[in-house]
Amino acid sequence: MSDSGSSLHLAVALDGAGWHPAAWREPGARPTELLTPRYWSDLVIEAERGLLDFVTIDDSLGLQSSSRTESDRRTDQVRGRLDAVLVAARVAPLTSHIGLVPTVVVTHTEPFHIAKAIATLDYVSSGRAGVQVRVSARPDEAAHFGRRTLPRISLDDLSTPQAQELIGDLFAETADYVEAVRRLWDSWEDDAEIRDVATGRFVDRDKLHYVDFEGRWFNVKGPSITPRPPQGQPLVSALAHQSVPYRLVAGSADIGYVTPHDATQVREIVAEIRAGQAAAGRAGETVHILGDLVVFLDDSAPAAEARRARLDDLAGSPYVSDAPVFVGTPAQLADLLQEWHLAGLSGFRLRPGTIPHDLEQITRALVPELQRRQAFRTGYAAGTLRGLLGLTRPANRYAAV
Amino acid sequence: MSRPLKQIHLAAHFPGVNNTTVWSDPQAGSHIEFSSFAHLARTAERAKFDFLFLAEGLRLREQNGLIYDLDVVGRPDTFTVLAALAAVTERLGLAGTINSTFNEPYEVARQFASLDHLSGGRAAWNVVTSWDAFTGENFRRGGFLPQEQRYRRARNFLQTAGELFDSWHGDEIVANQATGDFLGEPDAGAFAHHDPDFDIAGRFNVPRSPQGRPVILQAGDSEEGREFAASSADAIFSRYATLTEGQAFYADVKGRLARYGRTHDELLILPAATFVLGDTDAEARDLAHQVRLQQVSGQTAIKFLEQLWNRDLSGYDPDGPLPEIDPDPGEHTIARGRASVRMYRDPVATARQWRERATAEKLSIRELIIEVTGRQTFTGAPATVADAINDLVQADASDGFILVPHVTPGGLDGFADTVVPLLQERGVFRTEYEGETLRDHLGLGAPRRTGEALRVAS
Ligand SMILES: Cc1cc2nc3c(=O)[nH]c(=O)nc-3n(C[C@H](O)[C@H](O)[C@H](O)COP(=O)(O)O)c2cc1C
Repeated sequence: MSDSGSSLHLAVALDGAGWHPAAWREPGARPTELLTPRYWSDLVIEAERGLLDFVTIDDSLGLQSSSRTESDRRTDQVRGRLDAVLVAARVAPLTSHIGLVPTVVVTHTEPFHIAKAIATLDYVSSGRAGVQVRVSARPDEAAHFGRRTLPRISLDDLSTPQAQELIGDLFAETADYVEAVRRLWDSWEDDAEIRDVATGRFVDRDKLHYVDFEGRWFNVKGPSITPRPPQGQPLVSALAHQSVPYRLVAGSADIGYVTPHDATQVREIVAEIRAGQAAAGRAGETVHILGDLVVFLDDSAPAAEARRARLDDLAGSPYVSDAPVFVGTPAQLADLLQEWHLAGLSGFRLRPGTIPHDLEQITRALVPELQRRQAFRTGYAAGTLRGLLGLTRPANRYAAV
Repeated sequence: MSRPLKQIHLAAHFPGVNNTTVWSDPQAGSHIEFSSFAHLARTAERAKFDFLFLAEGLRLREQNGLIYDLDVVGRPDTFTVLAALAAVTERLGLAGTINSTFNEPYEVARQFASLDHLSGGRAAWNVVTSWDAFTGENFRRGGFLPQEQRYRRARNFLQTAGELFDSWHGDEIVANQATGDFLGEPDAGAFAHHDPDFDIAGRFNVPRSPQGRPVILQAGDSEEGREFAASSADAIFSRYATLTEGQAFYADVKGRLARYGRTHDELLILPAATFVLGDTDAEARDLAHQVRLQQVSGQTAIKFLEQLWNRDLSGYDPDGPLPEIDPDPGEHTIARGRASVRMYRDPVATARQWRERATAEKLSIRELIIEVTGRQTFTGAPATVADAINDLVQADASDGFILVPHVTPGGLDGFADTVVPLLQERGVFRTEYEGETLRDHLGLGAPRRTGEALRVAS
């Protein structure tokens, strides 16, 4: 198969009508269907047609906003979204190969609930589940829960010691969370269910384990109520823009999404994460580092530029993102992906500027282009997300060897 | 003519963690794999049932400090399974038990609103208060809330969730591509709720779902539980599936509705019920006995007894007489994470009754437990069972039943093929779904705005 070590991995990040705030106004957009199951299954089936490794489904515990610290009163952008884990589960039975990676906000949720939800997503998808863990530092989201108050930090205050301490704490809590979730996934050995009629025992309780996680922010006793999922450990991923989250990726994740703007930055970020892995004692483990790019793709570069300009006009301001914004042809994008792949990225998570247009450009133009260059698979060779990413099923930490 | 025949409501409970589920049956499949859930859901939908029901447990049960290993152990996550089932069914309601003690309203409300969107209006929420500090050890906030505070939190939780569901009216998304107005209302989803349990404010981020909010089920049985149901639930999942007990419960709970400005039809009573079918009544009775023996092994009988006695009784012979010693009246320590414990409000008196009965009827421990935990509501040939169900419903002992098969996942197949057609022939059960949403199936009107009923009452 063409799925060799040198082949790059490709995912798409799905959110609303696409990542440009005016995407919903494009002719092909379906702005009144964003909350329907048909819309989401159409998108994921399209991504699977393009043989992509996985889709991520964005989520938050607050209403979308143009501000990073509070909700706004804008009426010209998409507002409202569905729970991403449920969307992934709804689509799972309708697809068979593509990985499903919903976002969960860890700051206000329970590791026990999330561990069983993602394990169950792995069951309903026969081994295609992952999760993107996300920190919420927004005071308005904290106010939806009323259990803690978070100070408002503007972008300008980000480097103050208070802000850095808060961010450090939120990410340290996330690392604890991921550790608790991973232990819960392992809390059942694979063969714990024995159905031994002779002794009347349904399970062998010696193969069920208390996880006894005790941390600064919470304790979890365990075991999980859900048996170990098909992949053993579904894949944990996180978006990372700076050193604190790089450490989370290095120490806790299987996949990191990063936002370098050139090949030099690619090398620097990859080196930092690899060093972090070594420091965390994970040098031998595979951590895939994917570059995040927002993409506007058309047959010609001027057409793509013009489309982006038209969207910016509709939005009233030029689109900016945390990730680099690529505007051009699928072939030009393929050049860039190959260059950054050589510089050390395992692959990419593309954020379509508009849906369905840019999604279809990815699945129907970029993918064939990469296949022509023998840089991307021509068929699914594995049934699980771990398999697609070249990862084996991990041993259970609690199993006696 | 007497009054027209009542239409029966039927739902299916996915058999899981408790000793009614016979895992040793050669027909028993996985209780975790999605294919099992899909099978039961498709059968229920083929039979035109109102909904499929999932129970909840948030900690593996323990007895004598050890994980309980005789029954089915483990279950998948409720929301995730229900969302996946929405993909393989079209009309069947999808009901999930979610507790109000170890969750937060914003998160649960958005999960149910999402499920309602993703299923085209088929979501239902069985609100439970969950157990104890033992369960709490799995959660951030740890063990908390004594029993009496749990219903207050449940009431406030449901009220808050209702306000979140109602924070979008359903007409805010205009998505006018020409004018650039996505929302017609800048403050869509705005809410503020302040009570001793929840002090929250902001914007709810799931726009109004097809049903407006999920159908609300309630399972509590105490005075507080009944009041809670009368004020706030669309249906009660009860334990009283016999004529006398059922009628008493039905009359009691429906009698409480007026106080909340609600009518008789706004709350359905749906007891849990088991069934065993045979070609003849005699064959079904034989089969039922075999099932009971599988459900209550000697070991299971001793474990049951220990839960009432609150003592280690592992030295007793299940085929011998009941213990002479009385239950330990102290703090209940032997079984943890088990609902049934609360049923035994006066253990010493119950033990005395059981002993008298065992002596009078010459029952061994195992035989007695089989008798006192008897849960087979309907046993017989299909026509017998159909008549029994219909008689109970027409006599206002219930509005229908939530059926708990004892085999996963095929345990409902025979019922769907034989009993349902008879109920349809008798004109008491639908032959086609008439509406799209679960509210339609249950004959419930549009949901009231949260707080409306309570306001009428005060
Ligand atoms: C038929 C029935 C089913 C129930 N199912 C569950 C369940 O799945 N999960 C749960 O936590 N509680 C369940 N409960 C427990 C109730 O929610 C409630 O907590 C319990 O009955 C105690 O409340 P009470 O004091 O009002 O009776 C169930 C109760 C009944 C009667």
